[in-house]
Amino acid sequence: MFEAIAAWYEALPPTSFFNFHFLPKYGIYFVQGVEYTILLAVVSVLLAVVPALLLALMRLSRNGLVRGLSGAYISVIRSTPLLVQLSIIFFGVFHVIRIPSIKLFGFVDLSYFIPGVVALALNSSAYVAEIFRAGILAVDSGQMEAARSLGLSQWQGMKLVVLPQAVKNILPALANEVVTMVKESSICMVLGMQDLMWGAKTAASSSFITIGPYVLAAVIYFAINFPAGKAIEIIERRMRRGDQR
Amino acid sequence: METSGKHLIEVNQVTKQFNAGTVRALHNCSFTIDKGDVVAIIGPSGSGKSTLLRCLNLLETPNSGTILFDGVEITDPKVDIDLHRRKMGMVFQHFNLFPHMTVMKNITLAPIRLGLCSREEAEKRAMVLLERVGLAEKANEFPVRLSGGQKQRIAIVRALCMEPEVMLFDEPTSALDPEMVGEVLDVMKDLAREGMTMVVVTHEMGFAREVGNRIIFMADGAILEENSPQEFFDHPKEQRTIDFLSKVL
Repeated sequence: MFEAIAAWYEALPPTSFFNFHFLPKYGIYFVQGVEYTILLAVVSVLLAVVPALLLALMRLSRNGLVRGLSGAYISVIRSTPLLVQLSIIFFGVFHVIRIPSIKLFGFVDLSYFIPGVVALALNSSAYVAEIFRAGILAVDSGQMEAARSLGLSQWQGMKLVVLPQAVKNILPALANEVVTMVKESSICMVLGMQDLMWGAKTAASSSFITIGPYVLAAVIYFAINFPAGKAIEIIERRMRRGDQR
Repeated sequence: METSGKHLIEVNQVTKQFNAGTVRALHNCSFTIDKGDVVAIIGPSGSGKSTLLRCLNLLETPNSGTILFDGVEITDPKVDIDLHRRKMGMVFQHFNLFPHMTVMKNITLAPIRLGLCSREEAEKRAMVLLERVGLAEKANEFPVRLSGGQKQRIAIVRALCMEPEVMLFDEPTSALDPEMVGEVLDVMKDLAREGMTMVVVTHEMGFAREVGNRIIFMADGAILEENSPQEFFDHPKEQRTIDFLSKVL
């Protein structure tokens, strides 16, 4: 029985879904790829938080020019493909600013990683800004009025009263953005960044096994994102239960 | 009308429109408030009572007209309204306590953050005020754990802790269950007795009559009648007032 399965597995053609013969030799690409991908996604979203907050506050400003600037940035980012933004940043901006080729953890080449992170963060900041804006708007307007009526400034009211309450609305959506980024960052492979997708492609082209590596990549992406998404859902539901005014 | 500078608050010809002029909320409203006044603003819903009250501390900005507070024209855009709002306490219909802070933090946030006094001083003052409204034991609770009446009393304390010169009440009992209205009105009566200047938008006719020294009646964004409670309730002049009183009394 077992031998029969082993024989069947050995005889699988390179085009089979179940052919994982590349694993012993190229498995390390997947391990490093996963680490690279997660690092890329988490760092990008974290870097996006501060500009996103700024964009969101600008978007809520009473000054039309300030509001317009933020709106324009968000519109441009949301209406152009990530790969295009990535290419412009990578070949445009970082052609001028040269990053030395320093390796982090032995496999994260900073001269690739930093441009990628910057591009993903700029992209993500537009989406996170909308998350922040929605989170801030979800706080009852009476809260800011109460703060202002006590003599607190607009910024004090935002910082001390509104934002601490908005965090509860924002955190789950922010975690979802990381999940999205884990998937979206796979596009960085095109520019030679050694993420999970790059590992799969390299394994495929080196071993001539055409499908298995991508199947494995899909399984890994799923194994990260599905539980993460579920966990966020549960946390979100629990937070909402405690929500009463 | 007397000259400016004598009154605590002086409202001149205030007009307010919403949605680019399509909704006329206030039309040429003028009145004055002196120190120690307890003014009740009453009228049918949608008459602009709350809007008028919210104009007093510029939570709504009038489209035209002026408001003087302590002789300063606060409607002047160059005036730092934050400085004047400190001296005008406001109590809202829906309490608007900060749900992420304890009662004590709610009360002491503004005095401490604005650098008006030290934390110890603010907390001492807060405890005295909490004692007065009978809620000293709630100092470390979060607002979620309080009843509506308790929340509103805390909201009053929060405003009082700024040691305001005038207290603005925007339908302070309208969101309360009937059995809790009394405890809030009692606190307000005490305040009035101590000589606090108060402007109260209310549907509580009994309160307006008993505690107020002046009644302002509004309809359709205009002040129709202004009189002492006695005169107002016993001898209303305008037909709109008579209609309104016949419905609510």
